Amino acid sequence: MIGLVVVSHSERLAEGVCEVAAEMASDAPIVPAGGTDDGEVGTSVERVMEAIETADDGAGVVVLVDLGSAVMSAEMAIEESASEAVIADAPLVEGAVNAAVSATGSKATMESVRESAEEARELSKL
Amino acid sequence: MDRETQREALSATLEAVADRIEREKGHLTDLDSAIGDADHGANLHRGFQAALEQVERDADPDAFVKGVGMALVSKVGGASGPLYGGSLAHASSEFAEGITAESSVAFAEAYLEKVKDRGGASVGDKTMVDALTPAVHTYKRAIEVDDLDPLTALARAVDAAERGVAFTTPIRASKGRASYLGWRSVGHPDPGATSTLYLLEEIRDVAVEYLEGDLDASARTPGTDEESESDEPEDGVDESGAGE
Repeated sequence: MIGLVVVSHSERLAEGVCEVAAEMASDAPIVPAGGTDDGEVGTSVERVMEAIETADDGAGVVVLVDLGSAVMSAEMAIEESASEAVIADAPLVEGAVNAAVSATGSKATMESVRESAEEARELSKL
Repeated sequence: MDRETQREALSATLEAVADRIEREKGHLTDLDSAIGDADHGANLHRGFQAALEQVERDADPDAFVKGVGMALVSKVGGASGPLYGGSLAHASSEFAEGITAESSVAFAEAYLEKVKDRGGASVGDKTMVDALTPAVHTYKRAIEVDDLDPLTALARAVDAAERGVAFTTPIRASKGRASYLGWRSVGHPDPGATSTLYLLEEIRDVAVEYLEGDLDASARTPGTDEESESDEPEDGVDESGAGE
């Protein structure tokens, strides 16, 4: 199954997003990578790499990110990691929920899961 | 410079930069609190302290620079980690045959390209690219076109970076956290451009210490060299760093 990684500046925010997404798709491997190595606000390339490797069962990983350095840390982690992974350009919570649902589909690919996550950009709340 | 001297100079540069960041972290954080999330000084400080602890001092120049880069990547925790650290690690291979005027130009260009590529920023976005781009272009031209010695070229690069920092003050940020502030980002110098200038100043100062005796005095422009020396309040720091 396609794995998911949620990268956030906050450890608790990443865990919370994973919690919400797992409600919709408890089978999907959804791994948080939030905060720095010391648990401070920020992002850690090493944490993201570890999360990608944990989430990957061989089918690849889609990475969701919050702001700024989350994108750059995720890009570096993907470059350094042995696993295949792509970043979804999507809102974090809605994108993670969409991706989690899509990842449990029998024909899901890394690209199809990323596209589902990115479709969340079009969602209107009101 | 032989390999041994290159190792010493790199070690002294790391000490000088780490020390400068320690002294400026409050100032960098003030700059970042005006337009960002107020963590630039603390983040860089954490990264360079990790580099001081982790990097093997007797490594070859390329391995040394790569080690500094990877320490920054793992410890900075903000965008400066991949930007500073990732770019240092990427450009470090240019020093595989040692540090020369030519390889330092190649290093500077590879570093700039990686920063631009990673951050997606161009000149005028109010980022470190605004200090780095003129510095690298000026350095390359001074070495390759004007045939100046590395110390004069570095002094000119630092001047160019200083003008680059000044250029970031009146413009509006369109990249990074500062872009969320829109017009409120106007009127403040960019923290990343500022820390880039500090790094270049320290590199220049350590280079003065290590290269001055090596260069043929007749090949230099005396005025420029004097200026770069008198500009520099960190002489004592570099010496203490090199002596540790």
